[in-house]
Amino acid sequence: MKKFALAGNPNCGKTTLFNALTGSTAHVGNWPGVTVDKREGTYKKEKEAISIVDLPGIYSLSPYTPEEVISRNFILDEKPDCVINIVDATNLERNLYLTTQILEMDVPVIIALNMSDVLDKSGKKLDAELLEKMLNVPVVSISALKETNIEELMHRAYLTSLTERKGNTCLKDTCIAHLVGDVEIAFKGMQVQNPLFHSIKLIEKDEIEIQDHPNLLSIIEEFKKTFKSETFGDDLEAIIADERYKYISNFTKNVVKKIERKEDDSKDSKKKKKENSDGLTFSDKVDKVLTHKIFGIPIFILALFLIFHLTFSTDFLFLNAMGLVDVTSFVGTPYQGLFADGGIASLGTMLTNFFNMSFDALVDLTKTGLESAGAEAWAVGLIGDGIMSGVLSVFGFLPQILMLFLFFSILEDSGYMTRVAFILDRIFRKFGVTGRAFMPMIMGFGCSIPAMINTRTLADEKERRATIRVIPFFSCSAKLPILTSVAGAIVSKFHIANPDIITLSMYLVGMIVAMVALIVMRSTTMKGDVQPFIMELPTYHFPRFKSLMIHLWDKTKHFVKKACTIILISNIAIWCLMHFAPNWSYLEDSQVDNSILAVFSKILQPIFTPLGFGVQLKGLGWVFVAASVAGLIAKENLVGLFAVLAGVISNVSADDISEVEAVVTLVENTQVTAPALIAFILFNMTTIPCFAACATARAELPQGKFKWTLLFWIVSSYIVGTSAFVILTWLWTIPIFVVVIALLIVALYFYRKNGTLFKRKKTA
Amino acid sequence: MIKTLDTFSIGENGIIVKVDGEGRIRRRLFDMGVTPGANVVLQKRAPLGDPIQVLLRGYELTLRKDEANLVHCEVKEETK
Repeated sequence: MKKFALAGNPNCGKTTLFNALTGSTAHVGNWPGVTVDKREGTYKKEKEAISIVDLPGIYSLSPYTPEEVISRNFILDEKPDCVINIVDATNLERNLYLTTQILEMDVPVIIALNMSDVLDKSGKKLDAELLEKMLNVPVVSISALKETNIEELMHRAYLTSLTERKGNTCLKDTCIAHLVGDVEIAFKGMQVQNPLFHSIKLIEKDEIEIQDHPNLLSIIEEFKKTFKSETFGDDLEAIIADERYKYISNFTKNVVKKIERKEDDSKDSKKKKKENSDGLTFSDKVDKVLTHKIFGIPIFILALFLIFHLTFSTDFLFLNAMGLVDVTSFVGTPYQGLFADGGIASLGTMLTNFFNMSFDALVDLTKTGLESAGAEAWAVGLIGDGIMSGVLSVFGFLPQILMLFLFFSILEDSGYMTRVAFILDRIFRKFGVTGRAFMPMIMGFGCSIPAMINTRTLADEKERRATIRVIPFFSCSAKLPILTSVAGAIVSKFHIANPDIITLSMYLVGMIVAMVALIVMRSTTMKGDVQPFIMELPTYHFPRFKSLMIHLWDKTKHFVKKACTIILISNIAIWCLMHFAPNWSYLEDSQVDNSILAVFSKILQPIFTPLGFGVQLKGLGWVFVAASVAGLIAKENLVGLFAVLAGVISNVSADDISEVEAVVTLVENTQVTAPALIAFILFNMTTIPCFAACATARAELPQGKFKWTLLFWIVSSYIVGTSAFVILTWLWTIPIFVVVIALLIVALYFYRKNGTLFKRKKTA
Repeated sequence: MIKTLDTFSIGENGIIVKVDGEGRIRRRLFDMGVTPGANVVLQKRAPLGDPIQVLLRGYELTLRKDEANLVHCEVKEETK
């Protein structure tokens, strides 16, 4: 089978072309070692089936981003039979810069000239034949979006792949042509493949080449001694970049021609004149509003609010809160509250309700079925609650996860996300990350899973890792019940503050912890300068329905696979801990105080003494530890366990106790203090997230980094919980904390400056 | 008159004469078309003043002031 690679700039329509070529055969994986999507598929309409690999979008073949290294190594090492270079006709100059580099490799190349129809509309015409003559490789005009001329492209690509091609450079008529030739001969002598490409990259002082062929550097140094260009001196890197662009702009002048339109329709020409007078395209107009000096940031906040409101709200447009609506749908059926429960549910909530309610009914049905078939109580529990409920509770989230994902994909595809980064970069640079990191963090308020996946838009590996680690600190929607129930209990029991203020301040503390953790990580273990922020701002366009759906479908498949493996196993394990006594006899829900989990929690409990829910508690004091463990399945389970135990204490069914009441009962039973409850909330907000999020983090982090991330979560939550408990219990400790923090800041400052703590780095 | 790109006022137009810096930043600038001889126009600044957006080789590029500081340009006389 032939193997073709698609290469091109980001936003040139590469993925659209890939989808058109491969259709349902496409599948997404990862490039080895890095989390950059690798799309592969098969094109079947040619004589032979052709496997198509979509290389990541790149601007150049320099070795500085993982995407560039992947594309470069793929063409050099895997030797595709043909490289299809997609070139955006509306942005010829910058796109052809990559082309000049690909042409230097010994590989058959064909140019797919995309969006030439758009160019036609703007009154210009591209001479594809002339371009073909100039570049000396086939050029085919296509429209990836309308899928025109694609078969022609593939047919010519197929023919091209039958003959070998030697690399060829645009530098052959320049002042450094001799040097290129000499180094190329040296490479040929060493039997290196693609000698021309390696030769030019070495002259460009490319890191990879210098590492691989340091012995050839002497030729270049020798050349530099006798060489001085007028404008650039001996700066060969600048000369090469300059010559490439000179070469390109020289012939693009001839390739792109203005069409002389006949002005027989006077209306039309008037219209055109109007457009010309203010000179603004649709994209410009949109941009003027969205990145407006004053309105830019408010518009962005509004957009975020709408997304979250549509996905998570249970009171759509606040109709209930304003007293306009008070309805509950399907009273008395299993679907009570599906569409409305007081207020009208938002679309995301509706879908999630539907999933959850159907699952509950399904679980009940299965359990009844198993019971009537005479299954043992533990088997009914394991299958019904351990396996089915465990996994289905994860699926229950799926609609909201996907909706959040869909909204953010729309923002991404439309080009708005880059503008958000543009607006916010100034703020986030201070924390050691680029403006791009903001989106994933904000998504964390909804759900950590799509948020972690979304970090793929970050270019730098370290920045990405740091961001993934702090995402759980942005308290997700599933953690809200913990907040509201515990805060409610604090207010009703200790008469301090008001629940909303406690909840809000917990959110704020979470964000502050995230920012502090970012600064600490970026100046110690994940040291690295803030990435340069040199990005293309693509023109706005409407997102393509088809690619959005393909994107969503990929994520769904991925998530379902996870839910059925790693998440399932973890959930079963925790369920077993909760429902078996140490002698492996089965326990009902209400007997959880005899379970293995209870025994474990009692052993672990002393560790939590500094957080206020350790040895100082009486009675069921271990419940706070046990609840934190149960929270690993899904954070709502934490409150569920409270209800079960409160039910045991007050001898009622767990269903009859409200969440706040449950916590109040436990407060009375254990004599836990208000500061300890706050510490408990903060601990659970910043500790290891649910299994589903852990599984995502594991997949998104580079190999071997996941265990450190787990440790990071445990340590940071422990520190946060302890500080909160100590400060709130003994307010006089505040000055001590202030001093400690000040010392840490000073230490960090010197560490950043000198590279090592307190010691000056000695350099020879 | 030669000045660096970060000191441009909005709408100002210039031709790049020199790109400073080293390693990855310089390489990245070159790769994105910020090379001597190219024409740049400062289009706007972000709401917080930084980064900036320029029109270059027919597309819109954003870069921070720190990076723009490396780009020296010969300012074109206003033709209006």
